[in-house]
Amino acid sequence: MGVASDDARVFAPDARREQAQGPWPAAMRAKLTGATQHLGRIASGLILPGLVLALWWTASHRRWVPEQLLPAPPLVWQTLKDLWVSGDLLSNVAFSASRVGWSLGLGGSIGLTLGFGLALSPTLRAYALPSFNVVSQFPVLGWVPLLIIFAGIDEALKISAISIAAVVPVTLNTFRGVANVPRALLEVASVYRFSLPQLLWRVVLPAAAPSLFTGLRQAVMQAWLSLVFVELLASSEGIGYLIVWGRQLAQPDLVVAGMVVIGGIGVLLDAGLRWLEGRLQGWRSPAF
Amino acid sequence: MRKKIDLRGWALPAAVLAVWWVATTEGWVNTKLIVPPGNVLLVAAKTLAEPVFWQGVLFSVVRDASGFVLGALTGIALGGLLGASRRAEHVIGPSFHALRQISLFAWLPLLSTWFGYGEGAKLVFIALSTLYPVTLGTFEGVRSITRQHVEVGRIYRFTRTQFAFRLLLPGAAPQIATGLTLGLVSAWVATIGSEFLLANWGNGLGNIIIKGRAAFNVELIIVGMLAIGIVGGMLNHLAARIEARTLHWQARH
Repeated sequence: MGVASDDARVFAPDARREQAQGPWPAAMRAKLTGATQHLGRIASGLILPGLVLALWWTASHRRWVPEQLLPAPPLVWQTLKDLWVSGDLLSNVAFSASRVGWSLGLGGSIGLTLGFGLALSPTLRAYALPSFNVVSQFPVLGWVPLLIIFAGIDEALKISAISIAAVVPVTLNTFRGVANVPRALLEVASVYRFSLPQLLWRVVLPAAAPSLFTGLRQAVMQAWLSLVFVELLASSEGIGYLIVWGRQLAQPDLVVAGMVVIGGIGVLLDAGLRWLEGRLQGWRSPAF
Repeated sequence: MRKKIDLRGWALPAAVLAVWWVATTEGWVNTKLIVPPGNVLLVAAKTLAEPVFWQGVLFSVVRDASGFVLGALTGIALGGLLGASRRAEHVIGPSFHALRQISLFAWLPLLSTWFGYGEGAKLVFIALSTLYPVTLGTFEGVRSITRQHVEVGRIYRFTRTQFAFRLLLPGAAPQIATGLTLGLVSAWVATIGSEFLLANWGNGLGNIIIKGRAAFNVELIIVGMLAIGIVGGMLNHLAARIEARTLHWQARH
């Protein structure tokens, strides 16, 4: 107790120490209730999954639902373990990840170039923006049958479809971000006689960063959605194929295992983007 | 001062069309793969004259609308509950956000196992695609309502139903509208996607296109693509008009 309060005294900011006139245990108690509240929130978040899992377990254990419809939780777990041990899981995830990676790289660089171009050049804007606006209205899925004709059903199809999914949000957000850089900032830059690279790198890019990030986030989400769709439609490897395969073999445990993996990757992607966004904001805030 | 229409926007489509036309008539490309624009027009005229096509469009739109309504009502109810009750948010919220991470189309194989290949699986799937954005929008809308509003409601001794329909829903309306708009886009993608993936079952715009692909009918695929885009655009346009009409009271404040 004594050590803890010493620590608190050392680390507490001065203003806060003056505010907290009361004895230290009060602050400790506040911290403790904060911790229990946090634990309580985690626990209450686990109630529903726990209930669902219990119901699922009982339903499959007592055979309320045929096994073809609802695989038992231990079976799904076993399937996941088998997939992991045999290496099928990692190889299929690697396939899907490389598809998303290449497409994000390709679509992202096209989108960035196009977005910057549209924002910086009024001529390009006049010629290309109306067409882009119309084309971007079409859902990516609509492109897929046409792409199958041109690109076959191999890697070229997946890369092109996922790239198109990434190009649209990156272009739109880059364009918006760069076009909405405050005039005042540009005027300051011209007062300082910034060269064009300086202007882009030190004014436009930081000012447009939140917008660029929104573009990235939407592109990752769209790419992930399209990847699963294309893999379900036509593929012979990848995480979506794992599900199709399970469906064709009438192995619902494989289908559910695939969904669990897709959900897990979704959580990781979301967490990664959040981390990136936090870093971005952490870097932004001292400027203002 | 009226702005002159900028003709430069037409240059790119015209150029693409010209290159397409010249390349196909001069035989620079395999015309089986890259079909002449004239043929697309011919097939479009022929397709539009067929009742089967309109039947497909009708099926898709009705499917889209029913799934959307189902998902939107559920989403508004769920979002309202999550927004109005901290306890519900703590209990349901984490599960909701975890399930949201499962990419949408990954649900389709399981849903088709449960509900069959017919309308059931598609409806649930479209409803699910609408549910996420509408729930999030409603949640944010309800959270944007201030304590003062609720206190006014207390003073008037609002009942629970009055709280829900006269305070929460109107207060959250702008964000709900945003959620519904996103949900509509998402529902159309889900409609077409489910028709592609379950192409051998049922009737719809997506089924027509996938059958065109199987028959290597490139003209039909292009016509179908255009139809998907146009119907989707019309749905969004309609939604924007309804939104403007129903939320017009907002502007007065």
